[in-house]
Amino acid sequence: MISTLAEKSLLEVCAIEQHSLDEYESEMPRWCKGCGDHGVLAALQRVLRKNNLEPENVVAVSGIGCSSRLPHYLKTYGFHGIHGRALPISTGVRLARPELPVITIMGDGDCFSIGGNHWLHAIRYNINALVLVLDNEVYALTKMQASPTTPAGTTTNTTPHGTYLQPLNPLSAVMGMTNISFVAQTATWLPAHLDETIEKAWEHHGLSFVRILQRCPVFMPKAFGEGGLNFPVVFLEHEDGIPVHPLLRKRGESKAHNHRDINDAQRAAVSVDPAPMGLLYRNADLPAYEDIRWQRTDRPDRKTFLERLDAAMDRYTVT
Amino acid sequence: MSGPRRTRLCEHTVEIVSDAGEGAQKAAIAFAQLCAKSGNGLWTVEIIPSEIRPPPHTTGSASGNRIRLAERERVSNAGNKADVVLAFNEMALLSRLQAGSLADDALVLIDDQWATHEVEAYRASYRDVLAQARTRGATILEIPLERETLRHVEDAQQGKNMFAVGVLCALYCKDASLLEGVIGGIFKGKSRAVIDVAIELAGAGYRYGVEHLEQCFEIPSSPSDVAKVAMNGNTALALGAISAGFELCSMYPITPATSASHALSDLFEEFGGFVHQAEDEIAAIGVALGASYAGKTALTITSGPGMALKTEFQGLAVMTETPLVIVDVQRGGPSTGLPTKIEQSDLLHALYGAPGDAPKVVMAPSTIEECYYILTVARRIAEEFRMLVIVLSDANLATGQQLFDRPDISQTPEQAPLDLSPVPPGTLPYDWDPNTGLSQRLIPGQPGGMGVTTSLNHDRDGKACYDSERNQRGHQMRSRKLAALQQTLRPPQVHGAPEGDLLLVGWGSTRGAIEEAVDMAREEGLAVSSLHIQFLSPLPPGLGDIFAKFDRVITVELNYSDDWNDPLITRENRRYGQLAWVLRATTLIDIDCFARVPGRPYMPVEIVGEVKRVLGDQQVKQSRTETPAAAKGVSG
Repeated sequence: MISTLAEKSLLEVCAIEQHSLDEYESEMPRWCKGCGDHGVLAALQRVLRKNNLEPENVVAVSGIGCSSRLPHYLKTYGFHGIHGRALPISTGVRLARPELPVITIMGDGDCFSIGGNHWLHAIRYNINALVLVLDNEVYALTKMQASPTTPAGTTTNTTPHGTYLQPLNPLSAVMGMTNISFVAQTATWLPAHLDETIEKAWEHHGLSFVRILQRCPVFMPKAFGEGGLNFPVVFLEHEDGIPVHPLLRKRGESKAHNHRDINDAQRAAVSVDPAPMGLLYRNADLPAYEDIRWQRTDRPDRKTFLERLDAAMDRYTVT
Repeated sequence: MSGPRRTRLCEHTVEIVSDAGEGAQKAAIAFAQLCAKSGNGLWTVEIIPSEIRPPPHTTGSASGNRIRLAERERVSNAGNKADVVLAFNEMALLSRLQAGSLADDALVLIDDQWATHEVEAYRASYRDVLAQARTRGATILEIPLERETLRHVEDAQQGKNMFAVGVLCALYCKDASLLEGVIGGIFKGKSRAVIDVAIELAGAGYRYGVEHLEQCFEIPSSPSDVAKVAMNGNTALALGAISAGFELCSMYPITPATSASHALSDLFEEFGGFVHQAEDEIAAIGVALGASYAGKTALTITSGPGMALKTEFQGLAVMTETPLVIVDVQRGGPSTGLPTKIEQSDLLHALYGAPGDAPKVVMAPSTIEECYYILTVARRIAEEFRMLVIVLSDANLATGQQLFDRPDISQTPEQAPLDLSPVPPGTLPYDWDPNTGLSQRLIPGQPGGMGVTTSLNHDRDGKACYDSERNQRGHQMRSRKLAALQQTLRPPQVHGAPEGDLLLVGWGSTRGAIEEAVDMAREEGLAVSSLHIQFLSPLPPGLGDIFAKFDRVITVELNYSDDWNDPLITRENRRYGQLAWVLRATTLIDIDCFARVPGRPYMPVEIVGEVKRVLGDQQVKQSRTETPAAAKGVSG
């Protein structure tokens, strides 16, 4: 508490420049009206401002899909790459420049389907990155095909007679991964909760996996009970968890949840009805992969570098 | 004791083969080091089965090495047919006979335990294979490898390779006092007891050789003042990556590329870098690209199947103009193909294997020494031109060992720290010079340079755009960089005379064999020369002028082409070697090719044979070209 106060007064005394919200804003988003992506962008900008981050020191990495356009609208450094591959790029940025905070933005098809392998392995690496999956249960940019999280029986362009399979539960999948360090779920129709969740995930050192539920107003308007109107949720509460704004309490029940207990977290992850909202799991003690690698890497000066290269060459010198 | 009769030679090629796991590889390394330490030039090639433990006592299990040693300091290739083979069993010998690797009159040293082995099948096959070798003209020397080894150790599997080294030491009149140092070095990290037994066995093998061999070969050394190193191409790449100042190599295990990452993993952390073993080939390049985007140009090392998986990311590197270096240690394809064997079949894939028009730089080292230096060049081009640079090595360079001048470490380039100085807001991320396509890249952390780097088409401001004008401009600018780079290249040097009847054009590891073949053919009075191409994209300037001075031009490549005399093959449907395709397209010259997939390096004599066939010497007719092309109405 004291240090927070000291920091705040220092900020005022030293007149450290406080960034304004518009310093994180780039061009006008081109998402559809009513798309949840708008809300996530705004929440991210608020979190960046709250933490007074230098825009040039933040890297937002995305894949391909509607939500992956987000870095275009954020005035930081951004990398809008290829479908499913945001996490390897994020890992590369973190390994090369651990001083740069990384935000990874993916959609459900991007992360859970084509990028599935990277998703699981990035969790195991536990790179220190904020990983947001904007899950609207459909491939929207390519105009309505079933994604891994599309509810069973949903009619899409690739499943005109309804999908054949039960949807993937991303929460239970990540809760089964070795080295999982932060799992939270929130929704764009719960804006205060969305802000708090992203803020909490931002604070976490390690891979913070956040699934954000949102409907697609064009192709999946009925998803999540028409965007939360008729979608049962249960807020997971803990004093160190994600606070629930009093106004949100009428949207669902609350339940005490110990996010430090992996068994409780796994149980919460497999319960889909009502959908758990909040911090499912957090283990703040797991080392981040880039920290491990950097700690074990020596950074010699030029002279030592050359001496070592000379010594390495000695191993192969025959005459 | 007078010892064996000495025969002086200027070079020899010896193969050492055993069942996988019996240690012929280690024996060969020891023998090669012995030769190197005594001042011989050398080139070695691994003979590797594709499985770790194939069924023993079969031809598929043969594992070992070929060592070409010479009086001259520089040996540029694996040579012709082997003069000597030391085989631990007759199936290993048979595999070399079947591979066509041995001279008909080769000297065969073979373990005699199989002659009296309790298994009748082994005795029979031993007799048959030796009879086969004798019929061809081989001299057989049976040596009690197993029996003698058992006098020193309980398990001969753990030691007969060292006995073999001792025998070879005697066979090549080497100084036995060098054995201790060589073996100590090879078994570095093992217990003293293990090393002592190995030295004892090698000494025993040497004494056996001196007492029982009738003749020995003396290949004098050429003294040199310059320190020499011996390593394989993958180790050279690893040390070269360090020397080039890379800090991250992101890879996924794949034969025959992985050993480069082994060597790098062993050392890299002492030099401020690390190897990241990614979850798959795609992630491997993705991590490298992420690091490069963040300002630390990274490296990924792979082989053909991995290249295929990396193509989408290659397109991304090209589109975003992110500097990146990929090393492709080529192997036999398609698909899993011949994972441990050499082929040069990834050229067209490297050049064109990415969706859309994706201009890249492609270069190929032609010697193991070049493997050390090439990554410095590749990195510099990648950064200055903001381009993807692909380095095409191959299994021959990867696992072969060559002796070359010790690099001067003090000449190692110094890498400047990241320049994160602010840029004025609005600085364009692709401020293309209209003449060269070059632009200064912005790096995360640079104030004022914030913006998105996108895989979508974009203009100078980096923002996505979809109109035809700006799409055309983006393509032009990315393509122009290749032309700008081409302007900086020098025309390649012709080996031999600058004009003549025939020019052989090669790329990659075939250089040594081609140039040696040219030397042999010229000795015989044939007007043949050769040209080696290191830059495959962009091609160096002046090729048309060089080609015009020769009556005929053919490429010599280790990849597939249809034979003129194959059924159905006509001028319209014939598929050429990969460099031939490229050169035909760029020069409009009717360039032919000698392009095959033997799964091993070309022997210089094979190339001489092709030269003679092309030049119409009817006396030399290789089995592969029984029917003259003219019989099909084609003027070859």
